[in-house]
Amino acid sequence: MINIFKSILHHGASSPDCAKVCCTRIEHFGVRAGDLIIFDDVNLHVHCGQLTALIGPNGAGKSTLLKAILGEVEHTGSLHYVDAKGKHTGHPIIGYVPQYLSFDVSAPASVMDLFMACLSRRPVWLFSSHHLRRQVLENLSRVKADHLIDRRLGALSGGELQRVLLALALEPLPDLLLLDEPVSGVDQNGLELFYQIVLELRANEDMAIILISHDLDLVSKYADQVVLLNKKILAVGSPDEVFADASMKKIFGSII
Amino acid sequence: MFDYQFMVNAFIAILLVTPLFGLLSTMVVSNRMAFFSDSLGHGAFTGIAIGVLLGSSSPLISLVIFSIAFALLITYIKNRSRVGADTVIGVFSSTAIAVGLMIMSSGGSFNKFSSYLIGDLLSITVDDLIALSIVFVAVLVMWALLFNQLLVMSINASFARSRGIAALKVEAIFAAMLAVVVSISIQWVGILIINSLLVLPAAASRNVTNDVKHYNLASVMIALISGVSGLMIAYEFDTAAGATIVVIAAAIYFITFALRKRFIK
Repeated sequence: MINIFKSILHHGASSPDCAKVCCTRIEHFGVRAGDLIIFDDVNLHVHCGQLTALIGPNGAGKSTLLKAILGEVEHTGSLHYVDAKGKHTGHPIIGYVPQYLSFDVSAPASVMDLFMACLSRRPVWLFSSHHLRRQVLENLSRVKADHLIDRRLGALSGGELQRVLLALALEPLPDLLLLDEPVSGVDQNGLELFYQIVLELRANEDMAIILISHDLDLVSKYADQVVLLNKKILAVGSPDEVFADASMKKIFGSII
Repeated sequence: MFDYQFMVNAFIAILLVTPLFGLLSTMVVSNRMAFFSDSLGHGAFTGIAIGVLLGSSSPLISLVIFSIAFALLITYIKNRSRVGADTVIGVFSSTAIAVGLMIMSSGGSFNKFSSYLIGDLLSITVDDLIALSIVFVAVLVMWALLFNQLLVMSINASFARSRGIAALKVEAIFAAMLAVVVSISIQWVGILIINSLLVLPAAASRNVTNDVKHYNLASVMIALISGVSGLMIAYEFDTAAGATIVVIAAAIYFITFALRKRFIK
């Protein structure tokens, strides 16, 4: 099933400019913490309908790059979003799935409560809305999680929580989707399901996706563009190009 | 017991103030602000002392203003400093107690303040009830506007920021609301135990609820039941009403704690 998606939808690797399709340009991004440079001079073009995988060793600045794109950490450089017609449309709508969501597992809040708190202005303690519930069920079914709507957040497994957060990141439907894949806490079945959902999104919604991944196997199978980051961009291109790059061997050694 | 006007006033005050404590306590507990809300009671030492120093007969206005400033300052420093929140709160809390006690004890006249320590629920006047009603409505309106953001923040602050929630602003408004409710109730409930009412209802409610609506509803009901029954028992046995209310709320907490496995899915 996944392979069908792959063969139909494996778009070309990154094109050099943003002229034809909608595109997010990240220019000269840099983040420092005091004197420490987290990363420097990151230039990246991300196209709609493409899955860009961000790989690199621990501490390479991958998660911080996503947070810089979100605007959550201070950074240098600029971000431009251009839609398919080539007009500037300002800042893109960004959906974000964090790597870890550490929270109190005893918290009395359900999946529906979290959605309502994020999507509605009506106070969750006072109102309930059938209309919103139908919409949330639709959002959740997109990530095959509609059966979880009344589950307490603390009772979700790692993979279930990740899918619930993905469903939330897709409402409203973003131009750019940022996924920070957890290193642990999600089993192999959960990971496969997650990739399958992400590939369906790439196919059906024509959004640009940046995915931090630790599974080089899945990256080489499914990514359209791979970015190797370690304080700066070491290699960028199609999976074949990047995996053949000398710096890959240096960082990941014999894994590949 | 309703033959006496002071008992009627006390009863109305309980009906107004305990639901507020029940509601606010849900987010005090969920956002781990129990120590912060405790410091508001301690800050009241200085607030009351300054009010008396300025020569007002009822130090309520000085107390409210000081408590809001105190709450906002702690929230600001806590978010700007790299030191743990508990340390920042600890520093402010102890300073406020010390300054307050120093002013109050000057001239050896501390005894006239002792009623603030345990509170006097039977001293409520009609003017107090009017002020309390205004606060009651204001808090409900603010709670409707603020709750969803507080809820997302309670789940994860970083996630809340990524959803575009101005966390510091929301926290500051919530802190100021707590400051107002604590300072207006402190003369009846007492400095020593006011924080129990901001912790116990929600702590008990969490033991038996799985979603936000039931969490809030149960918390309000527990606060209300403790308040009404505590007032009646205090009247029968001639005990301090605030303390009696807290003891009942604590008993409910321990009961729900024992029952929690039956309720939590």
